[in-house]
Amino acid sequence: MAQIVASNVQKVFKTADREVVALKDIDLEIARGEFVCLLGPSGCGKSTLLNAVAGFSLPTGGVITVDGKPVQGPGPDRGMVFQEYALFPWMTVAENIAFGLQVQKKPKAEIAATVSQLLEMLNLKDFRDRFPKDLSGGMRQRVAIARVLALDSPIMLMDEPFGALDALTRRNLQDELLRLWERLGKTILFVTHSIEESIYLADRIVVMTYRPGTIKRDQRVDIPRPRDPSGHAFNELKRELGRLVMEEQQRHADDEMKLAAVD
Amino acid sequence: MTTKLKAFCEGSAVPLLLIVVWEAVARAGWISPIVMPAPSAVVVKWWEALMPAAAYDPASQSRLAWAFSGEMVHDAFASLYRVVVGFLVGAGLALPVGLLMGANKRTYALLNPLVQVLRPIPPIAFIPLSILWFGLGNPPSVFLIALGAFFPVLMNTIAGVRQVDGIYLRAAYNLGVNQWTLFTRVILPAATPYILAGVRIGIGTAFIVVIVSEMIAVNNGLGFRILEAREFMWSDKIIAGMLAIGLLGLAIDTAVSRLNNHLLRWHRGLEH
Repeated sequence: MAQIVASNVQKVFKTADREVVALKDIDLEIARGEFVCLLGPSGCGKSTLLNAVAGFSLPTGGVITVDGKPVQGPGPDRGMVFQEYALFPWMTVAENIAFGLQVQKKPKAEIAATVSQLLEMLNLKDFRDRFPKDLSGGMRQRVAIARVLALDSPIMLMDEPFGALDALTRRNLQDELLRLWERLGKTILFVTHSIEESIYLADRIVVMTYRPGTIKRDQRVDIPRPRDPSGHAFNELKRELGRLVMEEQQRHADDEMKLAAVD
Repeated sequence: MTTKLKAFCEGSAVPLLLIVVWEAVARAGWISPIVMPAPSAVVVKWWEALMPAAAYDPASQSRLAWAFSGEMVHDAFASLYRVVVGFLVGAGLALPVGLLMGANKRTYALLNPLVQVLRPIPPIAFIPLSILWFGLGNPPSVFLIALGAFFPVLMNTIAGVRQVDGIYLRAAYNLGVNQWTLFTRVILPAATPYILAGVRIGIGTAFIVVIVSEMIAVNNGLGFRILEAREFMWSDKIIAGMLAIGLLGLAIDTAVSRLNNHLLRWHRGLEH
């Protein structure tokens, strides 16, 4: 039974002089516990779709339901990890993780226990009383993940969470995320523009087209985990998806050239 | 340590030289002591004003009260008291109004024209009105200081609330906050760097206003004392009083700066 359902979703952004159709005819079903990547070049609407599921920016047409209920706004049942981390810089690591639980008015002892457990789980124990400014990018993203895990939401939304990290830290966190996902059984919707990242992580890759954002290919990944990025099947898929994504990237580049010419 | 010492020696060379020349000129009798008393005379006066006037008498008072019975100590406390009370009143009103104006467009539209009209009027221009309204003594003084502190804190609070990065709001909504929690746990702390900058300006203004107001409305405090000394042409006492004002101002600014650094310990060196 699908947990997240998008049916006939449209999103149009209106500015003074033009309209941009960011999403068009999106039909997507994501099962409970599935790891799905939204893949495409910038401007393909993958973040728009994620924000619509998160409830930050609702669709202008169609409907998105989560567990059968239409999405009407953001909520802790769909925890979001942002590319910019979005940690509260005035709170320590432990306070950041505890915040969502304090909002839910959980008992103090329970909050303390959950925070300790998450600090342990994400190897953050030595950083519990540090402020975000004292942490590296990778560490900050661990805290952001812990903050969302604290909510114990069934769904995790991730908006290019590892985009700003160096390649080694990135792989490290990808492995960690897979470990957490296998252990906790969350549904993950993960936005990325990295083909390799999507193949490394996902059960399913949804490739999106550049404006209007539609679904170009819904690709199941059957390579057994842990996946070897230098393996044959991996590279086959990488070549295939690379071709699809680059077509869209080309349209994106052409469009930019056109806009530049008009200016 | 030695480099620090060297820097200190270098930094104090010019002031020291100036004081030596000043002292020499004064002792030679080239300038009337009423116009410019010798630095040594100023220091003597300063010390006299700082120290208790009467000998210690265990029967009438405690040792602590005696130690703080000097005229200048009393004056400094009187001035400090006015600054603190006036600042707390002014900033205490500015903070909630500023938070409301920053967060709510309608409140801003309603109040901003009034603020813009009143803000350019220097607090000192309110002296005549404040005396008419409050008479003499502490009330007009506190009113003027509160006014001086009000606008810097208000303007910075409004700006602080308005510049809060949208990503924090989105993250907070995602974690399920209600409006009240969003305000107290996210918007308010995110605005503190701005608010505290306003506090620092506000307390500086308050300190200027206290000295002026003491020259007009009250009969103690450091501002009153130097004006009183002028009537007797005690220029050494005037300069000693100015020295005390400077030291008190420095102490207040250092304290506020320390507080800032503590409250913003999460913020320093923050990179995005």
